[in-house]
Amino acid sequence: MNSEVKYLSELKRGQNGVIDSFTDYELSLKLLEMGCIPGEKIEVIRIAPLGDPIAISITGYMLSLRKEEAATVRVRIG
Amino acid sequence: MARKLKIALVGNPNSGKSSVFNGLTGLNQKVANFPGVTVDKKMGFATLSDNEGNQIQAEYIDLPGTYSLYPKSPEEKLPFQILCDPSNESHPDLTIVVADGTNLKRNLFLCSQVIDLKIPVILVINMMDLVRYKKIEIDFHRLSLRLGIPVIPMNARTHEGIKELKKAIVQPLHVPDNDFIDVRVFSPVVVDTIRNVVHVNSNYNAFLVANNLDLITAFEIHQWKRDKIQAACKDHFFDSQQMQARETLERYKIITGIMNDCVVTPNTPIQKSISYKIDSLLTHRVWGYFIFLAILFVIFQAIFSWASYPMDLIDSSFQMLSSFIRNNLPKGLINDLIVGGVLAGLNGIVVFVPQIALLFFFIAILEDTGYMARVSFIMDRLLRKFGLNGKSLIPLISSVACAVPAIMSTRTIQNWKERLITIMVTPLMSCSARLPVYTLLIALIIPKDYVYGVNLQGLVLMMLYLIGFVAAVGVAWVMKHFIKTRERSFFVMELPMYRVPRWSSIGLHIVEKVKIFLFDAGKVIITISIILWVLSSFGPSGTFDKIEQKYSSVEYTRILPQEEIERKIQTEKLESSYAGLLGHVIEPIIKPLGFDWKIGIALITSFAAREVFVGTMSTIYSVGDTNSSKHTLKEKCNLR
Repeated sequence: MNSEVKYLSELKRGQNGVIDSFTDYELSLKLLEMGCIPGEKIEVIRIAPLGDPIAISITGYMLSLRKEEAATVRVRIG
Repeated sequence: MARKLKIALVGNPNSGKSSVFNGLTGLNQKVANFPGVTVDKKMGFATLSDNEGNQIQAEYIDLPGTYSLYPKSPEEKLPFQILCDPSNESHPDLTIVVADGTNLKRNLFLCSQVIDLKIPVILVINMMDLVRYKKIEIDFHRLSLRLGIPVIPMNARTHEGIKELKKAIVQPLHVPDNDFIDVRVFSPVVVDTIRNVVHVNSNYNAFLVANNLDLITAFEIHQWKRDKIQAACKDHFFDSQQMQARETLERYKIITGIMNDCVVTPNTPIQKSISYKIDSLLTHRVWGYFIFLAILFVIFQAIFSWASYPMDLIDSSFQMLSSFIRNNLPKGLINDLIVGGVLAGLNGIVVFVPQIALLFFFIAILEDTGYMARVSFIMDRLLRKFGLNGKSLIPLISSVACAVPAIMSTRTIQNWKERLITIMVTPLMSCSARLPVYTLLIALIIPKDYVYGVNLQGLVLMMLYLIGFVAAVGVAWVMKHFIKTRERSFFVMELPMYRVPRWSSIGLHIVEKVKIFLFDAGKVIITISIILWVLSSFGPSGTFDKIEQKYSSVEYTRILPQEEIERKIQTEKLESSYAGLLGHVIEPIIKPLGFDWKIGIALITSFAAREVFVGTMSTIYSVGDTNSSKHTLKEKCNLR
């Protein structure tokens, strides 16, 4: 399978992927309990007017997080 | 004797927990404070009867919304402390977990944690209208079997399922035999040590104690217990973060299995949802901000234009009541006290109820529809520059209603520094208690004109509020550079779906807030009003007699008409009364501002509460004016 791992913060609006791993332990705990589990499908739904924060779709709901927070989430694309 | 049953409601934020609470308790609610913290403790009461006809006194408690039993913000500490400490006075006999049916996976996470505490649980799957709309199919029977607890589908807005829930509540309590996940295997010695040292009902409860040692208040008395547990954790390399991650992953693994087994979700992209389309407008880079400003504009216009009708009505009814009492009760000190002290003060409070109710009405709508979260979303970037957080905007906007609940609502901000700054600057925003003062001053200074259909007074009011906001943001920016912290700031926030506001909950909310204003603030205002009346009706011995004597001499009675003399006597009496003397003492300080001693008295009393300013003004001016029954305070100020 041809896949590429990117940081969530690098994804453009409408791009999706599967959560691969986290680079920040503390923040990952919060994301985990919100349902952002490795293997879960994730999509960038919207980017706030000033470019930050972003809104993602996860397990069927919308979650907003800052770009710097999204930069700790690795996403497998394609 | 009726059996008592303590029932706690827990659930994720935005799961409609309050609707379920309202559906179960109706109007039979009260709001108290949790001991030691200023989080609202919403309680409700109802009498149920079980299958044998025995009465059960149900005591419901509505806990703050939370995503898990790992507190990330101060508000989330409460569900943890109440559910995980069997000796807590609010520890429930039964817990109702309210879940958003459209988002079951994430909601089941908290539910599974509560199940493992071995407290009897009923799962309510709320928002069934949306579940049907989204064509999500849930096999409730199967879900109930898999979880080992009763599962009740519900649409709390239409009361669908409330009857079934009440039936489930009166059933004999039981807890599932098996653990949802076995946490003991993660660290057997630590779990066993805790179960030996403290009284908890389950392995999972013991595990949570190990993870949140700082939150167990009982350890303040029994330090040795804490030390013993800490030693065990250290000896067995109990890493809290790692444990928590393991637990979370384990739970989601099982939940995913249950979801596949019991729930069928059609694969509709979020982009197809109505919420997404609304967001395209409301979070638009131009229209988003424009609409937000427009909404604020409408709110302030409404507070001024709409509220003026009921306010005038209240004002004139008080005037009627005052003159009725003045003319029909025997004249004398008591009569003066009732009219000049009690009624004048009471009028000063009641007259602002319409404005306060309107303000809370609008804020409740913004919260309830889900719009507030969008405002945080589009403002976070800007606010962050000033050391604030997108979530700071909700406290800042609610402090327009009242700073106290606003400061309480900062509990949703996880970062300590951002929370502290928000708390410090929130009082700079203009709260509704200042509204009476503004109203009075604006009515005095600003003409009641319309320019291009815009009410000038409303516009000035909006500007005053904007100045407050600018001051708050400015101070926040300064503080940002002084407060140092290593703690990081998070902005992980759910953007809930847009919903039609629940009018009945909003109604209840407004009644609650108005009650607090009337009774809590009212008590202070009436007391001060009466003290003021005493201070302004009496003076150092002999001075009042001298004034009367002076004006009864022939040189006055011959030249001046009776009414004019009366007025002069009153004014001079006030000036030489205790209150007047006090006002004169501080006059030199406030004179540069253009204030006189009358305003000086009002300033002193407003230290007790801002809104007392207006009450004081009414009392002083009604003492200083013989025709008090004929003119309202506003008019009196204008006449001067």
